[in-house]
Amino acid sequence: MSTRTVYAPQPGSTSWPRKVLAHARMEFRLLLRNGEQLLLALVIPLGLLLLLGGTGLGDRLPLGDGPAIDLAVPRVLALAVLSTSFTSLAIATGFERRYGVIKRLGASPLSRTGLLAGKIGSVLAIQLVQLIVLTGTGFALGWKPVGGVDAVIGIVLMVLCGTAAFASLGLLMAGVLRAEATLAAANLLYLLLLVGGAVMTPVDEYPAGLQGIVRLLPSAALANGFAHSTLEGVIPWAAVLSLTLWAAVLGYLVSRTFRWD
Amino acid sequence: MEIDNLVVRYGEKTAVDGLTLTVTGGTVTSVLGPNGAGKTTTVETCEGFRRPDSGAVRVLGLDPIADHDELMPRIGVMLQEGGAWSGVRALEMLRYVASLHAHPLDLPALVERLDLGTCGKTPYRRLSGGQKQRLSLALAIVGRPEIAFLDEPTTGLDPHGRREIWQLIRDLREDGVTVVLTTHAMDEAEQLSDQVHVLSAGKVIASGSPDVLTEHGAKSLEDVYLALTAPSAGETT
Repeated sequence: MSTRTVYAPQPGSTSWPRKVLAHARMEFRLLLRNGEQLLLALVIPLGLLLLLGGTGLGDRLPLGDGPAIDLAVPRVLALAVLSTSFTSLAIATGFERRYGVIKRLGASPLSRTGLLAGKIGSVLAIQLVQLIVLTGTGFALGWKPVGGVDAVIGIVLMVLCGTAAFASLGLLMAGVLRAEATLAAANLLYLLLLVGGAVMTPVDEYPAGLQGIVRLLPSAALANGFAHSTLEGVIPWAAVLSLTLWAAVLGYLVSRTFRWD
Repeated sequence: MEIDNLVVRYGEKTAVDGLTLTVTGGTVTSVLGPNGAGKTTTVETCEGFRRPDSGAVRVLGLDPIADHDELMPRIGVMLQEGGAWSGVRALEMLRYVASLHAHPLDLPALVERLDLGTCGKTPYRRLSGGQKQRLSLALAIVGRPEIAFLDEPTTGLDPHGRREIWQLIRDLREDGVTVVLTTHAMDEAEQLSDQVHVLSAGKVIASGSPDVLTEHGAKSLEDVYLALTAPSAGETT
């Protein structure tokens, strides 16, 4: 007969980086199994890029002056960051709260910073996949970015600052609204920003009276930042500043509203 | 674990109203009471999910809210329901929670003990009620906690399953784990507990070992409980 397991207490937490890595890996795996999240993260941005850059549709839409694929890639990259770090994250976190996952994790050694860092880690991992797929498709369709190293730095900064700002917005929404309300509000805001937030259309194409307001939106900063990086080859410091300010304000609100149940 | 004059309110409603109790280390303590008596709120305050409006709670000498990060690795919590992603597989969830702890239990042995092997690759949403209960218990104890809070651990289990969980709880106590049990099953409380606290309207209305409360077996714990918590009992005490 086998001896029974000894349950004598031996509590302890593994190191913070290991916990963050474990959580990021778990969320990443779960997203890969979730069809709706994959749709948001990859299928919609990829489909839009193919439509705008591969069919001639981009030439008829107000994307700006220049080859449609060069104009479409930075804006689709902005859309990808928006969908993953905001919409997808907000909906997933809202339902984690509904299903008691947040509560379960609150009673584990993960810690609040570990949970948030793990979520951000998972979002960044997904965005790395998005970047590879979307820029690869862009190159295949004739995309010719300018600027070399500065463009690369600009893209990386936009991904990081955009993730910080929009993930904070998503977590804030999931923290104060019920799961169903988060689902509806995150999708609605996604569509509103897509159409009215200068994600797919440059700010200059909006009516003059609206341009001042639209320019202040984080979505406009994100899309313009990507566009300046790849179309002009510069590091978009104004967009970095704007997104950092948004991240600071929204991050503060998340820290004030976060709860484990 | 010490709770001193705890008050917790939800808006105008007072869920816990000046509750005081102590849990001795290495024992099984049951918290009983009708629905709405304040059991879950009391336990959730000890787990750091509720902030007391007044009074004090110390668990292992720590404040569950101020010392949250220090306390959590030392306790295990079994939630009444939920607590896992709908698409996560049972074993995947167990491995994940184990990976957050420094010295987790041996997973194959735990899986065998709780009969989780057959459903290890099943997504959480497709597990039966009993399988969810067993997984939730596994998640509570996998980190080798000093205190395990078990919320209705045998709900939804068949009689064999209940007896297996009872034996596991006895083994936990034997190995020095403090178990705090909330349950509606009087036989469970009577069989397992060293100490029983009966709550009503946010207060402790009776405490003692099952032997003392049942007057050395002259009554069943269920009879004692029903007498204590009958609507008329509250009016006369």
